[in-house]
Amino acid sequence: MDDTALKALLLHREVEDFLLMEADLLDDRRFADWLALCTDDIRYWMPMARNVQFNKTAQEYTREQMDTCWIDEGKETLTQRVKQLATGIHWAEEPQSRVSHLITNIRITEVTPDAAGNAAEVQVRSRFLVYRNRLHDEVDIYVGKRRDTLRKLDGAWKIARREIFLDQNVLLAKNITTFF
Amino acid sequence: MKAQPESYSSLVDADQGIVSREVFVNQEVFEQEIARIFARAWLFVGHESLIPNPDDYFVSRMGMDSVILTRDRQGNIHVLLNSCMHRGMKLCRHDQGNARALTCPYHGWSYSTDGQLVETPGELVGVPGLATHYHGQLDKKAWGLVRCPNVVNYKGTIWASWDKEAPPFLDYLGDMKHYLDAALDHRDGREGGSEVFGGVQKWRVKCNWKFAPENFIGDMYHDISHRSVDLVGIGPSVGKGRRDASRRRMTIGFPGLGHGLLGQLPHTAEDDYVPLYTKHPEVEAYFREIHAARVRNLGDRMRVQTSVGTIFPNMSFHGRQPRTIAVFHPISPTEMEMWRFYLVDKDAPQAVKDATRHYYLRYSGPAGMTESDDLENWSYATEASKAPLARQYAYNYQMGLGHAQPIEGLRGAVQSGDVSEENQRIFYSRWADFMAGKSWADLIPG
Ligand code: FES
Ligand SMILES: [Fe+2]
Repeated sequence: MDDTALKALLLHREVEDFLLMEADLLDDRRFADWLALCTDDIRYWMPMARNVQFNKTAQEYTREQMDTCWIDEGKETLTQRVKQLATGIHWAEEPQSRVSHLITNIRITEVTPDAAGNAAEVQVRSRFLVYRNRLHDEVDIYVGKRRDTLRKLDGAWKIARREIFLDQNVLLAKNITTFF
Repeated sequence: MKAQPESYSSLVDADQGIVSREVFVNQEVFEQEIARIFARAWLFVGHESLIPNPDDYFVSRMGMDSVILTRDRQGNIHVLLNSCMHRGMKLCRHDQGNARALTCPYHGWSYSTDGQLVETPGELVGVPGLATHYHGQLDKKAWGLVRCPNVVNYKGTIWASWDKEAPPFLDYLGDMKHYLDAALDHRDGREGGSEVFGGVQKWRVKCNWKFAPENFIGDMYHDISHRSVDLVGIGPSVGKGRRDASRRRMTIGFPGLGHGLLGQLPHTAEDDYVPLYTKHPEVEAYFREIHAARVRNLGDRMRVQTSVGTIFPNMSFHGRQPRTIAVFHPISPTEMEMWRFYLVDKDAPQAVKDATRHYYLRYSGPAGMTESDDLENWSYATEASKAPLARQYAYNYQMGLGHAQPIEGLRGAVQSGDVSEENQRIFYSRWADFMAGKSWADLIPG
């Protein structure tokens, strides 16, 4: 195996490890630690999917920073959400849900190197299957696609941008109280 | 329970502040609601800004039925039943779009709203094989799409009623109009001028649909629901709570009409400016200017302010922070589909649109830090009311019974101080009137 292929393989493992570690933090309810993985200028965006005519797929997803979305925010609101989860009286999460993030189909689509030729930023695509079970028998399954921008800051990967495309039109869950 | 038709209205005892749980969980009651309320009342179906151009359409709902909201080539807006007259196929399966004719994907019947082509909007214009297979023998005029007989564009909001006998929308609204205006009018006091952001949030909630309108009609009592978000403080200014400080809000209701709200009594002078959105200096400056313009524009005219209100049966709106329209579509006794549209002044600068939109999404909708907790409460209230024993016990709406006072300057309105369940009693009395099958003459007092 030549050097480039090996480097790509190692990078892939590193990024995959990062995404799986991130999922563990969420599922272990370590939300403050998860938040620390987000850059201060993070964009965290989850558009709504519309049923549109075949030749109008450009209008399928509502636009970031323009339209109504499920979620369209930065670090400030993410921080508020984490604080709300920590109050213990956020009834939608009290008692807390049991959540599992299954993250698959991880593929690096672009690498931006730093001056030394190491990966400084990567574009990553993945799929998520998020299972939420709460109280006695309430179950929600959120499935979709993610596009992330991960940036290396002080030797560690951070999430600089996350686009979340949920494969639902009418949201079939009563609310969204987890991160994707 | 087997409720007899004449006894549906007896499920509500507004004088005692008692409402049977059957109203919230019973399948038969639910089916009668569809027939007696949703087939008659004026319902919110959308906003004109969703269909800005000729041939634009937006698929909406009225009760259990899918409807097409469309603008014809002459600029008129129509509401058509979204089901092909041939064999029922769902004609528009997109959420929105633009189409010269509505063509059925099953056998190809097509319908048009173009006044140049047809006499009646929604008329059948194309039938494959009309000359050959039908031998020219099909009465096309008789097989047009079912068209809603009453459609009104009120300051951009589109309302419709299936009942040919329905009174004009403004009579149905009564003086609640002022409070709806407070949400729809430009912030500077000019009439209308608002639009909705693109994209409508739609989501399923396993609760009876009435939990939402009875909450938004004015439930100042449910603060504990939102304590977590108040602790965090998500208001658009530096400070506590979930929104910027507002003046004393009163519970105001319209007993004869079933509408109600939390807001201010009519007044003729504008309150002093209170800084809004101070985290965003550019936005704050805009609202400061708008306030000055409002003082100029309104002079000493009567005005009101709406925090949140409900128009019977299933439309609610927030008039200030956030500024939004919500609709609660019945799915089953124990499930609704909730829709949210977000309002903004059409000519507001982009920075204002951005800041308000971000704030609204942080507050409302399924991911809203305020709304998510309401949804939990409504769902489990429904869930815990379903079982045979639990459903024998009525809900309590007795707070502030007998303390409502008439409001000077508003026809048929009462106020009940800050915190009261008067508006919920008003809502369920109206519900009982419709369920009793009263005539419009009895429903809308002349
Ligand atoms: S069902 Fe529409 S054409 Fe037959
Ligand atoms: Fe609430």
